[in-house]
Amino acid sequence: MLTRLSLAAALLLALPLSAQAAPKTTLAIGMGVEPTGLDPTIAAPVAIREVTWANLFEGLVKLDSSGRVGPLLAKTWEVSADGLVYTFRLQEGVKFHDGTPMTSADVKFSLDRARAPTSTNAQKQIFAPIDAVETPDASTAVVKLKQPSGNFLYFLSWGDAAIVCQKTAETNRATPVGTGPFRFKSWARGDRVELVRSPDYWGAKPALESVTFRFITDPQAQVAALKAGDIDAFPNIGAPELFADLKTDRRFTAVAGNTEGEIVAGMNNAKKPFDDVRVRRALMQAVDRKALVDGAYSGFGQPIGSHFSPNHPAFVDLTSVLPYDPAKAKALLKEAGYGSGLSITIKSPQMAYASRSAELLSAMLAEVGVELKIVPTEFPAKWIEEVFKAKDYDMTIVAHAEPLDIDIYGREGYYFNYRSEPFRALVAEAARTPDEAARFETYRKAQRLLAEDVPALFLFQLPKLGVWNAKLKGLWESTPIPSNDVTGVSWSE
Amino acid sequence: MYVRLRSAASLLRSVLLRLCGLVLTLLAVSAAIFLVIDVLPGDVASVMLGTSAREDTLAALREQLGLDRPAHLRYLAWIGGLLTGDLGQSVTYSSPVATLIAERLAVTAPLAAMSLALVVLIALPLGVAAAASQDGPVDRLIGLFGQIGVAVPNFWIGLLLILAFATGLGWLPAGGFPGWGAGIGAGLRSLVLPAVALALPQAAVLTRIVRTATLDVIGQDFVRTARAKGVPGTVALTRHVVPNALVPIVTILGLQLSFLVAGAVLVENVFNLPGLGRLAYQALAQRDLVVIRSVVLLLAGLVIAVNAAIDLLTLAVDPRLRRSR
Amino acid sequence: MRPNLRLALGGAVALALLVVALVSLVWTPEMPFTRVRIPLRLRHPLAAGLLGTDHFGRDVLSLLMRGAFSSLSIAVPAVAIGACIGVAIGCTAAMLRGAFDTIVLRIADVVFAFPAVLSAIMLGAALGSGPAPATIAIAIFNVPVFVRVSRSAALQVLAMDYVAAARAVGRSAAAIGWSEVLPNIAGLLVVQATIQLGLAILAEAGLSYLGIGVRPPDPSWGRMLADSQTFLTQAPHLAIAPGVAIALSVLGLNLLGDGLRDALDPRLRR
Repeated sequence: MLTRLSLAAALLLALPLSAQAAPKTTLAIGMGVEPTGLDPTIAAPVAIREVTWANLFEGLVKLDSSGRVGPLLAKTWEVSADGLVYTFRLQEGVKFHDGTPMTSADVKFSLDRARAPTSTNAQKQIFAPIDAVETPDASTAVVKLKQPSGNFLYFLSWGDAAIVCQKTAETNRATPVGTGPFRFKSWARGDRVELVRSPDYWGAKPALESVTFRFITDPQAQVAALKAGDIDAFPNIGAPELFADLKTDRRFTAVAGNTEGEIVAGMNNAKKPFDDVRVRRALMQAVDRKALVDGAYSGFGQPIGSHFSPNHPAFVDLTSVLPYDPAKAKALLKEAGYGSGLSITIKSPQMAYASRSAELLSAMLAEVGVELKIVPTEFPAKWIEEVFKAKDYDMTIVAHAEPLDIDIYGREGYYFNYRSEPFRALVAEAARTPDEAARFETYRKAQRLLAEDVPALFLFQLPKLGVWNAKLKGLWESTPIPSNDVTGVSWSE
Repeated sequence: MYVRLRSAASLLRSVLLRLCGLVLTLLAVSAAIFLVIDVLPGDVASVMLGTSAREDTLAALREQLGLDRPAHLRYLAWIGGLLTGDLGQSVTYSSPVATLIAERLAVTAPLAAMSLALVVLIALPLGVAAAASQDGPVDRLIGLFGQIGVAVPNFWIGLLLILAFATGLGWLPAGGFPGWGAGIGAGLRSLVLPAVALALPQAAVLTRIVRTATLDVIGQDFVRTARAKGVPGTVALTRHVVPNALVPIVTILGLQLSFLVAGAVLVENVFNLPGLGRLAYQALAQRDLVVIRSVVLLLAGLVIAVNAAIDLLTLAVDPRLRRSR
Repeated sequence: MRPNLRLALGGAVALALLVVALVSLVWTPEMPFTRVRIPLRLRHPLAAGLLGTDHFGRDVLSLLMRGAFSSLSIAVPAVAIGACIGVAIGCTAAMLRGAFDTIVLRIADVVFAFPAVLSAIMLGAALGSGPAPATIAIAIFNVPVFVRVSRSAALQVLAMDYVAAARAVGRSAAAIGWSEVLPNIAGLLVVQATIQLGLAILAEAGLSYLGIGVRPPDPSWGRMLADSQTFLTQAPHLAIAPGVAIALSVLGLNLLGDGLRDALDPRLRR
């Protein structure tokens, strides 16, 4: 009797709950670019990570929204005093989506595959320090390094270091199998990728049952799809000019965060007149970054004075080192022997942010007597051949989307043709410093050095213009690495 | 009887000749496409692996993709694949090219069909009406439509349609394609504006052709006879004139297909439709040569084949052409 | 429309196009036409300048005027190149006949059947940016048109008595082609070239919409339309003016072509 009563009471209590519509458990996310394949370990495009990373694939460690490393597939780890041995204790009971248990053998396989001679991993250099991976038991993986690598753990949080299953690694590009809370359902090319919640996920169950990533290139269509409710969220909408409108629309949450992309106008430092630091500084001071952001990106986007993402804990704002000052720019040019003018070309990719910035740069440099001719250069194919590989250019402009890539200015043969031994020493030091505070301090020094030396014109951080339904919670405003992590997303009500 | 047999034999002969010509043409076209695409600067390995890739990584991917083989072997492999129905794997989409093309055709084919239907639906009545009222006010008005129609770029019509019906009135989507899975209605709705944008300029062209062809037929003896016998004007038009004017009209329609296909690249870009034209455009940007070559060959081959078919059709309809060609 | 009116209207528009293009080289309402004025961006017509401003605050009318020059600077050479090559091949085919004639016609068919936009995009990718790929691509598609027109016109001329007479007195084929055939088909070619010029302007607009053509900051109508697309809701005027400019120019050239044809050969009038 009592039980029956309580059952009835429970039913009565439950009634209003069920009458109230249960919160939605599906999510449609819009993206501007479709991924090329779905395996982040064999190709570079950011879109691959934006679909799969943290959702479908997981790594040993994970970054939180402030860019700090935390545990994921590795429960805990120890680093030897000399920084050469990393011992990872793995989570128990982790299964790949095909049912195979994840063990230390998979960790070894994944890391060995990424650094093999035949590997096509886009960030192969992050695995280069690895000497050997050992598997004392199924839940322990020991990674031995040849030399200390200060960012090694951080690198393991990138999609390129996803832990994959030996059986399915080769087919991951089209039918990915990972350990994440969502598993692959379908991919209608040119249109969408669908993921569904994995029933036997090892960790906390996400609130969403399914996630659909839809690919809509045209910004007008993106906004239309949002307003029509076909898309619930655009983590990064393509048109800053439409973003201002959306900010005033109460149906949506609109947040301008930062991507990892620094928009810089690279200069050929080995070529006259860019081999003269006075010329580079003059060009930098001829640029009104604020006006550039207004014209090229409708005012969204944080001006930068060096090459470092504001998402990173070691970021310093250095825009005041070489501020906008046309008179100073002219004086510097005169001092360098170009008082009567200078004519240079800029190879500009077709993406709106780049071509618009190039046109604005051309107008701004004209004010200080520099003629900047624009040569549209198809990105990526032609740009990589001409600018990146052949270094046949004066100036160019592109967003460097990879996280923590300040070391590119120290790479031998990188397209800037920039050689600075002090800078190279700094990045090398950072790379081998396991102590975080010391490493971050070195990065700050490196940023300052670049800001003074301007091997490239530092323009602005490509913003992440996120727009989503106001009832959605848990989307990331900024992401310290390319990813659209939806594991913590839920609908209110 | 003998005459008829001979004409059948000659028809067969010219059909066979033309088919041989078609095959040779397609081979020549495929070689041309392969050559042009092969000399394009840029390679898919760099595109896929980005700017941090090391040279050995790039080489590994190129080898994996068979890009290190000599050109003639890759060409032969492609043609061999075409004959067996295996178009290869898209590098960037990680999917068989044939599947990709089939998926995109599901957008482009209905789009082309819709706009072709619109072209005919607009041009036939307008052209005949213009001819019927030769030099009258209706003719003048339709003439004006024709003049303006051929002068307006289809992608601009697309923009104007978006302004009016999508961002303005909000009746139809501004672009994108929900996929046929979202229902036939939703799919068709998103094809309406692009189809109109594609069709209008071609309808203007065809209207002029229909008018001329109709006038030609009206001037011929049998129509005059019919009229003299007291057959009413409209009946004379529909019974005698239009069927006889069809040959030149169908010929032009065949040619227009090439413009519709070419125009689709632009209009699919305006409306952000995942069609064949966009596929070719994107594959080109990513240097996914395996995809581009087959798509371009398909588009060019389609036009060539349709034109050849129309050639044969007119041949069958009008025996006089057999000798004069 | 009366033929004379057509000729007059078409001529007027074509002339206006040419004058605007040339004037834009020395004068535009806003000087220089590239001047960026960020505070004045996206102003509607009359709020800043006659036709408003674009996303950089540049004066749309000035851009439009200079765009006329950009458009002609690609269309005119493209048609001229296409016409020269096409007429040379067409006349040769008409005079030689035989296998050469057949092959030429077949190739012309194939070129005509190629999706023009795709080929132009490939050319753009192969040759790089700038006006050259656009010009070459448009020229290529003009060749078969002029081959056909000049071939059939030349065939008619070659059948005339005076050509037979010239042959009889032993004049060379080249001489006959130069002094008998060409002058007699010149009128027809001018008519065709006028119409092709209109089509070339359309084609240039299409290509520059896709990003192939004159380099920024030189404006082009097609690129202006492409740029306007993301501002459709805020600044619809940006999507109107360049399209009207294209349509008017093409319409004018078509009318001029039709009018010229009628003036040259009244029998063709219908």
